[in-house]
Amino acid sequence: MNLTAKDVEEIMKLLEGSAFDRLSLEIDGMKLELERGGAGAPRPPRAPVTKAEPAVPTAPPSPPAGDRVSTQAGLVEVRSPLLGIYYRAPKPGEPPFVEVGGKVDVETVIGIVEVMKLMNSVPAGVKGEVVEIIGRNGELVEHGEVLLLVRPES
Amino acid sequence: MTIRRILIANRGEIAVRIIRTARALGIETVLAVSEADRGSLGARMADRALCIGPARPSDSYLRVETIVQAALGSGCDAIHPGYGFLSERAALAQMCEDEGLIFIGPTAAQIEAVGDKLRARAEAIAADVPVVPGGPVESTADAQALAGEIGAPLLVKAVGGGGGRGMKRVERLEDLPAILAMASAEAGAAFGDARVYLERYVARGRHVEVQLLGDGQGHVIHLGERDCSVQRRYQKLIEETPAPHLPADMRAAMHAAALRFAARLSYRGAGTVEFLYDIAHNQFYFLEMNARIQVEHPVTEMVTGIDLVAEQIAIANGKGLRRAQEDVRIDGAAIEVRINAEDPARDFMPAPGTVSAVRWPAGQGIRVDSHIVDGASIPPFYDSMIAKIIAHGPDRAAALARLRRALGETRIEGVSTNLAFQADNLADPDFAEGGVDTGFLAGRATLASAD
Repeated sequence: MNLTAKDVEEIMKLLEGSAFDRLSLEIDGMKLELERGGAGAPRPPRAPVTKAEPAVPTAPPSPPAGDRVSTQAGLVEVRSPLLGIYYRAPKPGEPPFVEVGGKVDVETVIGIVEVMKLMNSVPAGVKGEVVEIIGRNGELVEHGEVLLLVRPES
Repeated sequence: MTIRRILIANRGEIAVRIIRTARALGIETVLAVSEADRGSLGARMADRALCIGPARPSDSYLRVETIVQAALGSGCDAIHPGYGFLSERAALAQMCEDEGLIFIGPTAAQIEAVGDKLRARAEAIAADVPVVPGGPVESTADAQALAGEIGAPLLVKAVGGGGGRGMKRVERLEDLPAILAMASAEAGAAFGDARVYLERYVARGRHVEVQLLGDGQGHVIHLGERDCSVQRRYQKLIEETPAPHLPADMRAAMHAAALRFAARLSYRGAGTVEFLYDIAHNQFYFLEMNARIQVEHPVTEMVTGIDLVAEQIAIANGKGLRRAQEDVRIDGAAIEVRINAEDPARDFMPAPGTVSAVRWPAGQGIRVDSHIVDGASIPPFYDSMIAKIIAHGPDRAAALARLRRALGETRIEGVSTNLAFQADNLADPDFAEGGVDTGFLAGRATLASAD
C-alpha cells in the first residue's frame, strides 16, 4: 500500500494533538516513523517515509556502522555496515553478544551480518550503554540500517 | 514455480522499465539500490527498496553475493539483472542456479559461451554464421596467402590488443611484409605477445543487430532487426527498426544467421546477435551476441507490440515462446534517441547534477523511458544516460517527424544534456534519407570543425 502526502499530513496532525513525542506506524510492510521536533524547532514539512524498514531519510546517505550519529535523545545509532542477515548471537542457542543495559566499547562486537555464508562481525564503534536493540535476529538488514541505539559515555 | 517477487539488480531507467512490466503482471518488485539511489524514482515505485551498499558500483551493484543475499533475504524468487552491471556475469547466473533462484536471462554456460570474443567467433563459424574474413598468421608467407584471400585494405591486429589499440591498416598488399614485421615487434613490446592476426578492413559498415527470444529448448524466434549505426566512439546514440534501405536478401539472411547462432546454443531468454554490414561488399559479419535485454529494445517493442521484459519473465517461468515466428508482425517504423547528461561543448564530458525541472514529450506514437523527474539527482558514479525518447509511426518518415517534434518539446533544466546535439543529428539530410554508416557522427564532427 502507499501513503499519500496528504495521509502523512493527517497523521502528523494527530501526533501534534496527542501527548506523544514519537509515533511508529507499520502497515502492510510499510513503516512510517514520526518524531516531534526538539525545543520547538519547526520540522520539515515532509516526514521521512521509507518502506518496510526503520526510518532512514532518503536524502543523506547513511554512514557506515561506527559513525557516530546522535539522535534527538543524544543516542548513537549503530548501523549495519552491509546488507545481510543480522544475528544477535554467535550461534543459535548461544547468548546474544549484547543485551539492553549492557556496556559496549568501540571494539565490542554487537552482532554478525551474514552475506552468502560469509560472516561479518559488526563492532559497536562507540563506548556506552545499549538502550535499544532494533535489528531483528535472523532477518535481512540493509546497508546502513540501524541495529541498536547506544547512550554514549561522556 | 511461478515468479511472484523479483529482485531488480539495476538502477536508472531500466529499473523503472522492469517495475512497470512486473506491476502489470501482478509481480512484486524489490529494487536493490546504492546509497546514491535511495531517493530515485525506481526506489519509490518498487514495492520495496533495499540499500545494498555505497554509491560506487564495485561496492554495490557489482557485488554478486550481496545481490543474491538481498534476493533471498527479501523473499524474492527471481532476479532481473537489467543491462550492464551483472547482467552478463556468469557468476550471478550460476549463483542463482545454485541457490534455487530464477535468473531472468540465459544460463551461466550460455553467458560464458558468448562472453569470450574468440569463443563466440568459433561458435559463429560452427553455426555457419559469417565472421569478418581473416585469421591468425604465423609467418610472412602465411600472411601473404591469407591477405590474398581477404583483399586490401586490411587490418593487422595484435592478439593482445583491443579497443582500438595494436591495430595497423594495410592499404596495398605489397606493403604487408613491412607492416607485419613492425606490428609484430610493436605488439611484442606493448603487450608481451607478438602474435598478430589479419582482418578485412570494413571502410563503410553499418551496425545491424537481430533481436531474439529463445525458450532454452532449441526454439528461437526473431523480432526483426535494429540499425544502431549512429555511434560516437562505439557508443550507440540513435537506434531504429527496421534497418533502412537494407537489401531484402541481406535482411533475411541476417535474421536466419542470428537464429542459427542462438538455436545451436539452445539459447534461453532475450538476446541480440550483432552484425557488421559491409556496404561495399554487400556482406555481413558476426560481431558478438549480447545475452541480456538491451538499451534499445523499445524500438522493437513499438513495432511488434511485444513487451520484451514480459517475454523474458514468461520464459523464465518456463512458459516458453508464446508465439510462433509467423505471428510476429512488424508494424511501421520506430526510432530511439538516447538522452545523456553530458556536455557536447566540452567533448561530451559527463554532466552529473540535479535536474531542477524536466518536461518530457508526449503524444501519438511517443514513448519516454526515464527515471528523471523534477529534482532527480544524476550521481557521478554511473552511466550518463538519463532517458530514451522513442517515436513510432506507420513509416520511417512519420516516426522521424514525430521524434523531431518530441525532442522540440523536451525541456531538461539544471544539467547539460545532448538534447540539442541529438536534434541536430535527426535534422541531418543523410540521416533523414536513412542507412548511414558508423562513420556518420565522426563525419558530422569533421564538417562542423571545418566550418
